Amino acid sequence: MNSQGLGSYFDFSNVDWNNMLTATWETFWLTIVSMIVVAVLGIALGLLLYETTNSENLLAKALNWIVALFVNVFRSIPFIILIVLLLPVTSKLVGTIIGPRAALPSLIISAAPFYARMVELAFHELDHGVIEAAESMGATRWQIIRKVLLPESMPALVSGITVTTISLIGYTAMAGAIGAGGLGNLAYQDGFQSNNNAITLVATVIIVLIVFVFQFIGDLAVRRIDKRA
Amino acid sequence: MIEFKDVTKTFDAKQGAVHAVQDVNLKIEDGHIYGIVGYSGAGKSTLVRMLNGLETPTSGSVVIDDVDITALSGAKLRDQRQKIGMIFQHFNLLWSRTVLENIMFPLEIAGKSKSEAREKAKHLAELVGLDGRETAYPSELSGGQKQRVGIARALANDPQILLSDEATSALDPQTTDEVLDLLLSINQKLHLTIILITHEMHVIRKIADHVAVMEAGTIVEQGPVLEVFKRPQQAVTKRFVNEEVTPSLTDTTVVVDQLLTKYPKGTIVKLTFHGDQAQLPIVSEMLRQYPLDLNIIEGGIHQTQEGAIGSLYLQLTGDADQIKGALAYLQKMRVETEVLNRE
Repeated sequence: MNSQGLGSYFDFSNVDWNNMLTATWETFWLTIVSMIVVAVLGIALGLLLYETTNSENLLAKALNWIVALFVNVFRSIPFIILIVLLLPVTSKLVGTIIGPRAALPSLIISAAPFYARMVELAFHELDHGVIEAAESMGATRWQIIRKVLLPESMPALVSGITVTTISLIGYTAMAGAIGAGGLGNLAYQDGFQSNNNAITLVATVIIVLIVFVFQFIGDLAVRRIDKRA
Repeated sequence: MIEFKDVTKTFDAKQGAVHAVQDVNLKIEDGHIYGIVGYSGAGKSTLVRMLNGLETPTSGSVVIDDVDITALSGAKLRDQRQKIGMIFQHFNLLWSRTVLENIMFPLEIAGKSKSEAREKAKHLAELVGLDGRETAYPSELSGGQKQRVGIARALANDPQILLSDEATSALDPQTTDEVLDLLLSINQKLHLTIILITHEMHVIRKIADHVAVMEAGTIVEQGPVLEVFKRPQQAVTKRFVNEEVTPSLTDTTVVVDQLLTKYPKGTIVKLTFHGDQAQLPIVSEMLRQYPLDLNIIEGGIHQTQEGAIGSLYLQLTGDADQIKGALAYLQKMRVETEVLNRE
C-alpha cells in the first residue's frame, strides 16, 4: 500500500514518463485508425440504409432490413460486453487478443453502426428539392451520391465523426483496461492496481486533452466547410 | 412541339385514388412562352414534371418532337432530361458550391471537361447578369440573384425547353419583374420554349403568349393570353383575371358599396377596355353626347405581351334615359360594360 491521501495524486516521482508517452501514442494510434475505418464503413452503411429506405425493390427491402438489424443490434450491445463477446473473432482476425491491435475489431464494430445512423439521418435531412434538381438534369444515382449527397451533407458528416471519435476515445480506455494497452491500460494497471494515483491523474489529463484536440479540429473543420450561414 | 395526349395521373392515397391530372390534351408550339395557371393542388406541377420524367402519367402520352417521353427510361431518359432545363421556386442550388460551380454542375453531369464547363459557365453567368459574383456562395446572394443562378444552370446544356415551376413565387414584386424580363429576353435570344407554372396572373400577363388554366387536374380554358384575358369563360379564370386587372378589387368593392348606399339613384358601371380602345377618348365623347355627372371610383391599365387591358369604375348620375343612352353608346364602341348593383 502506498500513500492513500489526496496528496498521492501529485506524487509524480512514480510516473514513468516513457511509459506514459508510449501509452499516449497507443491511444492516439487506436483512435485514429478506428476513426478512419469507422468513417468509411459508417458512410457506406449509412448510404446503403438511405438508398434502400422506401424502395419498392424486394432485394433493396431485404438489404435494408438486414443492415438495419445489424446496426441496431451492434449499437445496443454495451462496449465492455462486446469486447468479451468478440474475443474469438478478434483472435481469428488479428491473431492476438492482447495489445492495441486486438482492440480494433470491437472498436470498429461498436462505433460504425452508431455513425451509420448519423450518416443516414444527415442524408435524410437534405433538401429534397436539390436532389430533384439533379435528377431533372439527368444525373445518375452515383452522380447524385458523389456530387449532391456527400458534399451537401458534409458538415453533418464531419460533426458526426467528431462525436463518434470522442466516444471512441472513451472506448479505447475501456479496451485498455482489459489489456489493449494505451492510457486506459496505464491508468488501470499502473495507476489503480498499483495504488499510483498520480499515474491515473496524468493519464486522465492526457485523455481529456486528446478529446479537446479532436473536438477543436472537428469544430474548425465544420466551420470551414459550412457555407450556409 | 410538345404534346400531351389524354394524360391522366392518379395517385393512390389512403383516402382513395387522387386524380392529380385528368384527361389533359395540350399542344405547345416551339418558341412559345406557355403559362399554366391554377391554384395550388390544381395539378400544374405534376403535369409539367411529366415533361422530364420526374412524374410518369398513369395513362396517356407526352410527346416532345416525336419522342414519347413516357416510353423512355435509364440512360435514354437521362439524355432527354439534359435537353430540358428546369428552375424552381426555392432555387434548389447546391449551397456547398459557388455560383460558377453551381452553373458547372449540369455540365459535369453531361460529362463535359472541367475547362469546357468553366468557360461555358462564365459565359452563362454573364448572360444572366451575374458577372463579378462567380465566386460567391448561394448564401451570400439575394433571392433574385439565386434565381439567376438557377436560370444559368438550367441553360447550361443548351436545352430546347425551359420549365419554370413557380420560379418567381418566392420573390418580391420588383425582383419578380426582373426575373421575368430575363426569361423573356432568353426566350427571344435563344428561341427556346418556356413553360411556366404560376398561381399569379401577373406573371402570365407579363411574359406568356399562351395560357392554360387548370383546376382540379383538368385544363378548363386555354388559348392566347389576350383572348383569355378579354373573354374569360370559366369562373376560375374570371377570378384570376379579376385579381390581375383590378388588384385592389376588395378596396373597390367597399367604395362601390358605400357609393351605392349614398347615391341609391346613381348607376355604377365597370368598363373594360382592350387594346387600342384604351387609348381612345371614349368616355369624354360619351359625356359630350349624354350630359351626365360622372365620378371616377377606380381605374387601371395593364400591358400584356399582346396589348393593353384597361378597367374603369364609374358612377353615373342623372336622367335615367341619358344613362341608358350612354351605356348603349359604350356598347356601340365595343367597350365591355357591367352595371353593378347592390346585392
